[in-house]
Amino acid sequence: MARKPKQKPTHDGKLLEIRDLKIEATVFPPGEDPRDVTIVHGVSLTLERGKVLGLIGESGAGKSTIGLSSMAYGRGGVRITGGEVVLNGRDILKAGKGGIRKIRGREVCYVAQSAAAAFNPAHKLMDQVVEATLEHGTATRAEAEKRAKALFRKLSLPDPDNIGNRYPHQVSGGQLQRVMTAMALCSEPDLIVFDEPTTALDVTTQIDVLAAIKDAIRDTGVAALYITHDLAVVAQVADEIMVLRHGRLVEWGGTRQIIKEPRQEYTNQLVSVHEIEHQEKAPGVSPVLSVKNVTASYGGSVKVLKDVSVDIFPGQTLAVVGESGSGKSTLARAITGLLPPSEGSITFAGRKLSNALRDRKREDLRELQMIYQMADVAMNPRQTVATIIGRPLEFYFNMRGRERDARVAELLDKIEMGKGFADRYPAELSGGQKQRVCIARALAAKPKLIICDEVTSALDPLVAHGILRLLLDLQAEEDVAYLFITHDLATVKSIADSIAVMYRGEVVRYGPKSQVLAPPFDAYTELLLSSVPEMEIGWLEKAIAGRRMESAGN
Amino acid sequence: MGSPILRLIAQRIALGVLLLFAVSVLIFVGTQILPGDVAQSILGQSATPEALANLRAELGLNEPAIVRYFQWLGGVLTGDLGTALTSRQDIATAIGGRLWNTLFLAFWAAIVSVPLAILLGLLAVRYRNGVIDKSISGFALASTSLPEFFIGYLLVFFFAVKLQWFPGISTVYDGMPFIERMRAIALPATALTLVVLAHMMRMTRAAILNVMQSAYVETAELKGLSQFDIIRRHAFPNAIAPIVNVVMLNLAFLVVGVVVVEVIFVYPGMGQYLVDHVTKRDVPVVQAVGLIFAAVYITLNMIADIAAILANPRLRHPK
Amino acid sequence: MFNLKSITISAWIGLFFTALFLFCAIFAPWIAPYGKAQIVGGVWEPMSSQYWLGTDNLGRDLLSRMIYGARTTVFIAAMATALSFSLGSILGFAAAVLGGWFDTIMSRFVDLLMAIPTLIFGLVVLSVLPTTIVTLILVMGILDSTRVYRLSRAVAVDINVMDYVEAAKLRGEGMGWIIFREILPNALSPLVSELGLRFIYAVLFLSALSFLGLGVQPPEADWGGMVKENKEGIVFGIPAALIPAAAIAALAISVNLVADWVLNRTTSLKGGRG
Repeated sequence: MARKPKQKPTHDGKLLEIRDLKIEATVFPPGEDPRDVTIVHGVSLTLERGKVLGLIGESGAGKSTIGLSSMAYGRGGVRITGGEVVLNGRDILKAGKGGIRKIRGREVCYVAQSAAAAFNPAHKLMDQVVEATLEHGTATRAEAEKRAKALFRKLSLPDPDNIGNRYPHQVSGGQLQRVMTAMALCSEPDLIVFDEPTTALDVTTQIDVLAAIKDAIRDTGVAALYITHDLAVVAQVADEIMVLRHGRLVEWGGTRQIIKEPRQEYTNQLVSVHEIEHQEKAPGVSPVLSVKNVTASYGGSVKVLKDVSVDIFPGQTLAVVGESGSGKSTLARAITGLLPPSEGSITFAGRKLSNALRDRKREDLRELQMIYQMADVAMNPRQTVATIIGRPLEFYFNMRGRERDARVAELLDKIEMGKGFADRYPAELSGGQKQRVCIARALAAKPKLIICDEVTSALDPLVAHGILRLLLDLQAEEDVAYLFITHDLATVKSIADSIAVMYRGEVVRYGPKSQVLAPPFDAYTELLLSSVPEMEIGWLEKAIAGRRMESAGN
Repeated sequence: MGSPILRLIAQRIALGVLLLFAVSVLIFVGTQILPGDVAQSILGQSATPEALANLRAELGLNEPAIVRYFQWLGGVLTGDLGTALTSRQDIATAIGGRLWNTLFLAFWAAIVSVPLAILLGLLAVRYRNGVIDKSISGFALASTSLPEFFIGYLLVFFFAVKLQWFPGISTVYDGMPFIERMRAIALPATALTLVVLAHMMRMTRAAILNVMQSAYVETAELKGLSQFDIIRRHAFPNAIAPIVNVVMLNLAFLVVGVVVVEVIFVYPGMGQYLVDHVTKRDVPVVQAVGLIFAAVYITLNMIADIAAILANPRLRHPK
Repeated sequence: MFNLKSITISAWIGLFFTALFLFCAIFAPWIAPYGKAQIVGGVWEPMSSQYWLGTDNLGRDLLSRMIYGARTTVFIAAMATALSFSLGSILGFAAAVLGGWFDTIMSRFVDLLMAIPTLIFGLVVLSVLPTTIVTLILVMGILDSTRVYRLSRAVAVDINVMDYVEAAKLRGEGMGWIIFREILPNALSPLVSELGLRFIYAVLFLSALSFLGLGVQPPEADWGGMVKENKEGIVFGIPAALIPAAAIAALAISVNLVADWVLNRTTSLKGGRG
């Protein structure tokens, strides 16, 4: 083999040792002078050969930044300003530009969150997969391609001999993520940095990619830094887990210890975040919203909703679950009248609703409110919180002046935010606070039903947890019904009274929560349920073994 | 499997042809119907009724506009651009040599400005936020604000009058030696270059920057590739299309800049010809020259779009 | 809205010169030392304490003509900008919000107008129209409104699909609230900066037309026309034509600096306090 001998470990099994790492970046706050902020405050870690260390934390924890420091790389103006990164016995921060180039792609490789963006659209996959190997001269082209095909096979990609001739856009997202893993493995590195490799995937695709990555790591003996915000995911692949927050270490220990016996309060919160006890309510007599045989399409002949029928009872929650493309958000658009159904009818509070939005009465609009996934763009950035919450009061109830202000204050109180927020603009709020303001805006109309479209998906787990709690409390107080659209089954368990599972525009399973979540299952629901990562070691193997249906990504 | 891309290109060309016809209507309408009476406005208020009647007859104003349009269009399509009212010359003959002069000038301006703009754009990206980048964007800001004649007369003032390196008036004639001809167009070509350079540079910079900030360039960097290889293998193939686009749009811009520059340097090209005859209110000439300018402009824009279609891997390699 | 400290040096320069030119334009008859058509001396006299910028091709005081020229240039350009802006933005917003056939017809027509270079189409039309100030304003305003139309339509279309606009529609808000309270406040900053660019364009366009002899007609003075009047002097080394040309450049650059600053200042904010 033409492979050049690598620098062998000097004395022990340590592959990577990061000591007292300090990382800074310059931020440009609007209207102020640019200033330096510290993103990582003196974090240290060690990783032994062939081991997997999970880096976990919420957004802003600095986990990606730490991961990339093992390649001496700072993304977008981020600077490594202190500490040592010792890889294979030498500090790579002192290696110089040429030295670092020899390490990247040869000793350390990287798997990005979005493989779709990380592949060059102009080149075939194979050319990109073998590029690093050829660049570092560790194998001939023929050898590298042979290795790549073997990796494609190992990662269970379809047609492993020819998939390399395709261009990135000709391959699905889940497959592309596996090709990227093959690309990282192809030059036989000592370490791979996985940066949220399954986060952008649907849950049934995620499990396949996760299993493929885990097998590949085991079979090649490569060490890995696995970065994610999802503890249940990292518990499947990591030997050790490091919990980070605000660029500092919170807790570092074996996987079992972290998920079973967390020592820090913050870790404990992360571990227990999914658990909300929610007592299912029995279906009432007359539904507040009744969707009957609704079919809808966006212009063309493709029906995005096919014969959908669901009921929601007053003060209860119907969760609509499905993956991307299942039609769950389209259902919301059909109910609100933004996408008038071509067939079927919608009855709300005993009245038949007009199909199109413009024909609906103001009373109907008031009693049917909506909360969006991205709170950022759901609020006019040029309006203050008081205007945003106060507008429905003016519009529906003709409240003005002091009366409106008092009600706004009352609503702010309900969403656990103080009066001080009334004069703030959305840009001055945190993600969770923004979503709370959107909830208050919906509540201001005194609705009978609120449609919640993926309202917690864009939020960190702890913040999302707070929002779910708030929604449940408000339901108890105001007796409002929710139509809760989500792809996350854990959320469903905590909030729903009844559940509708959607798949390719159809409701495949529908009923009270206890019934939907109890066997016997149909094939899709089983696949969906079995794909939700559980915080338990060995869950992945069990889930893969017990599957009946192939996921869409394959 | 080239069919979707061929279809797209065919569609774009068909659109270009359609646009050209629509533009010919617009130009015709703009000159014939808008002011009420063309003959009156050409001859002025003091014209005798007989003169008006004669001119009307000559312009064919007694026939309905739609008939006149199709007569004109038929002529244009067969290469007959009509006769100039003022000089009685055949317009096609008069335009021939002038069109060639204009293209000669624009060609040399493009030869200099395109590589220079791309090079400077690359430099600006390479040394981003550095002195070079800052001065380039400062220069670009200034130069988009400068009128062509300011640049032109500054050049004349310094290089023709003070230093006397080049002639301030660009006289060219048939059979002129190449070197002489180049000397004659040195200043107008420089003026044109300066007019489009900054804009082209700024757009090139933006196009390359857009590619350099993409995730696949980061991937390449994390594979340990050298800066040169990253640019050659990963950035360049994706930057061609936007750059070709930028170049074509600026060539279109250049074609318009020619009008004023030719007047400044009294250069015997299409622009000068157009302006002369607008002043003389010689409608047939204005229509013909306007249509030719519009055709060049539309063609360049079309090439820009086709380049973008060709360079898109999603279209070249359909699923 | 803006605090003084946030104004950059280049913006100060831009603001100063813009203000200076505006001052000249407004108070021309009171500032100018001589009348605009008054022949005061010999042809192309050099700069002196009596004639600060020298005299022009007919022996008129160049400084006085420059000051009066500021008036004509700024007035026509401002009127044309006002016309192009109101026409373009109203139609653009309407096309974005109404959609349907109105949007299709308007957008195709604008595509057609933009398929001909503005200067060329301007020349074509001016070959038959009488060259009066009103015609100039109309031709420049209408031709330039195509660009404003494109921009305002694009901005409004972007905003129109935002969730907060959808939320307002779901609330049952009328067209007035949606355009003036939801879309307009968020479209303002790109439009304000575009206003500056359109004004520059109008100044340059007018100057080019006058330079070509198709804009403002003598004895009225505008800067482009003054370049034309004095251009013969260049060959004799007399820089009189360069002075109005430089003034046009200075005006355009100053407005550009201000527009650039407004754009940078407002796009760096995601919204909120500005």
